Amino acid sequence: MSATAEHSIAEPTPGMKRRVSLARLAPYLQAAPLTLILGAFLVAPILMIVVVSFWDYDFARLYPDFVTYNYTETLGSWVTWKTYLNTLKFSAIVWALTLCIGFWVAYFLAFHIRTTAMQIVLFLVCTVPFLTSNIIRMISWIPVLGRNGLINAALVESGLVPAPLEWLLYSEFAVVLAMVHLYTLFMVVPIFNTLMRIDRSLIEAARDAGANGWQILWNVIIPLAKPGMAIGTIFVVTLVMADFITVQVMSGGQSASVALIMKNQMSLLQYPAAAANAVVLLVLVLLLVAGILRVVDIRKEL
Amino acid sequence: MSKAAAIDIVSVTKTYGATTAVRAVSLKIPAGSYCCLLGPSGCGKSSTLRMIAGHESITSGDIRLGNTVVTDLPPARRGTAMMFQSYALFPHLDVAENVAFSLKMKGVPKAERHKRALEMLRLTHMEEYAARRPAQLSGGQQQRVALARALITDPEALLLDEPLSALDPFLKIRMRAELKKLQSELGITFVHVTHSQEEAMALADMVVVMNDGRIEQAAVPRTVFERPATAFVARFMGDHNVLSGTVTEATEKSATIGMEGGGAFVASGGGRAAGEAADIAIRTDRVRIGEADDPALGFTGTVSNIEYRGSSVKLSFAGPGIDDFTAIVGDTAFFARPIRVGDTVPLAWSAEDAIVLGRLDA
Repeated sequence: MSATAEHSIAEPTPGMKRRVSLARLAPYLQAAPLTLILGAFLVAPILMIVVVSFWDYDFARLYPDFVTYNYTETLGSWVTWKTYLNTLKFSAIVWALTLCIGFWVAYFLAFHIRTTAMQIVLFLVCTVPFLTSNIIRMISWIPVLGRNGLINAALVESGLVPAPLEWLLYSEFAVVLAMVHLYTLFMVVPIFNTLMRIDRSLIEAARDAGANGWQILWNVIIPLAKPGMAIGTIFVVTLVMADFITVQVMSGGQSASVALIMKNQMSLLQYPAAAANAVVLLVLVLLLVAGILRVVDIRKEL
Repeated sequence: MSKAAAIDIVSVTKTYGATTAVRAVSLKIPAGSYCCLLGPSGCGKSSTLRMIAGHESITSGDIRLGNTVVTDLPPARRGTAMMFQSYALFPHLDVAENVAFSLKMKGVPKAERHKRALEMLRLTHMEEYAARRPAQLSGGQQQRVALARALITDPEALLLDEPLSALDPFLKIRMRAELKKLQSELGITFVHVTHSQEEAMALADMVVVMNDGRIEQAAVPRTVFERPATAFVARFMGDHNVLSGTVTEATEKSATIGMEGGGAFVASGGGRAAGEAADIAIRTDRVRIGEADDPALGFTGTVSNIEYRGSSVKLSFAGPGIDDFTAIVGDTAFFARPIRVGDTVPLAWSAEDAIVLGRLDA
């Protein structure tokens, strides 16, 4: 076998040489489409942003340059730090709530619905709200939470509160509520996926070893659901970190987020400042994702 | 090390919706014996085992373990431990943690449960792998871990669901010997589900042949092989020719069976009435080539196939009213007087090698 291989390498015929070089080229050709797409739509824009973040600008135009002014201004301002902290706070609260709700929804779907057909039906029911736009789902909270909205009207009329609650709408509460509503599905899907892959005989083995329902949940199901939780966490955290519209609409302009700052900077044509902000946010999000990947091995899920 | 418990299954039935998996099965497994539930897939052997383990509810009937009726007890309180077909090791825990799982559930402190897990791993020769994850082990090693995990609960009966089916043939034979050795060392009751008659005969003190949710025969391996109770058992155990016909003549000790379109054969076994349908079994290795002393103990057949098997040769014949009749002939005897496909030769057997088979009442 090896002898014949050596032979063919030692004395290649002209026709074979061409075939060999084509064979060497084939993997690169196969990888080329994805490389081109990722290069054009991911790498190039990010490089562009990084480049622009070092440019100079005034109220009217951009000047290609290399100044670190955009970064020093962004990182030197206490408003930026406060906004980052606020965004991280939203991320943490929304993450905790979506993880909690998402896990239980996925757990119910995976372990308490017996037939696969029903599982699929209920899973689709979960996705139905996503057939409407983000904005519409968000705005539809306003008549519910508003000063004269459904909840306040009900509370006041039943005499539970003397005056309408002010913190229901245009508050951090409203922002968190809307974000949880928007993003829980991103937690449900990956967790449901991991739970469905858990071998049911593991549950029986645990029961055979004397584990009760909670012990099975804590010692078997949750550890095995960790990769799904990690993927869901990455989705939710990146979505919340980049959110500006929910924060703007639901807080009534009283709360800020990093993405909202960027949006404001762009509307003032301060593109380099927004780019610097974007780079800082990107680095922060990448660090968060790297941290999650260090804690949980998600390779098995991909 | 442990007290063995007898298992008493009293007319247990299991239905899943409209289908019945186990039909009113009754079985007494003596304490400390190695019992094999044997049958083709879908015969109800796994369901029976899972009902003993408590992983399947019992539709009707009762199961007793020792002196306790365990019908409604949860698995962990029955005194049984189960080894699952795919071993069901927890992939997120290392070997020692897997073995110590039941102790952890009981709230045994970490140091002690680790110590006891290592003891159990020593018993199954796996202590050096204590820190590995199941995915890093071979099939045979995973099985030893599963065995250690089942035994750490100090069960009165160990239930094994096709424990050897995932192993390669050589490992299968080695693990088989180890299981048998372990059972005699521990002295506890083993109930082992398998579809391999070879495995059942090699291991069991008691073979329970099941088909279609019922027990066809429960006896020591030698009886099951030499005196199969029904045509199903004779066919499933192999090495038997099963011929079906009608009883033409019956005495207290024997019956003569008339074949459709062919001869009549006499077989030992009484209690049959003339006119009944009946089956007889003839051991394939007792059939010889040669003229029969009695025409009811042989026939003349045409060779349809010859298979060389080393120490023996498997010959297939067709005869009047018989589609397929097998004879296993020793290689020396065969090559002394070789025959070829298409030859017509006389076949014969002794009176004691043909037996009348029973039929289960529908």
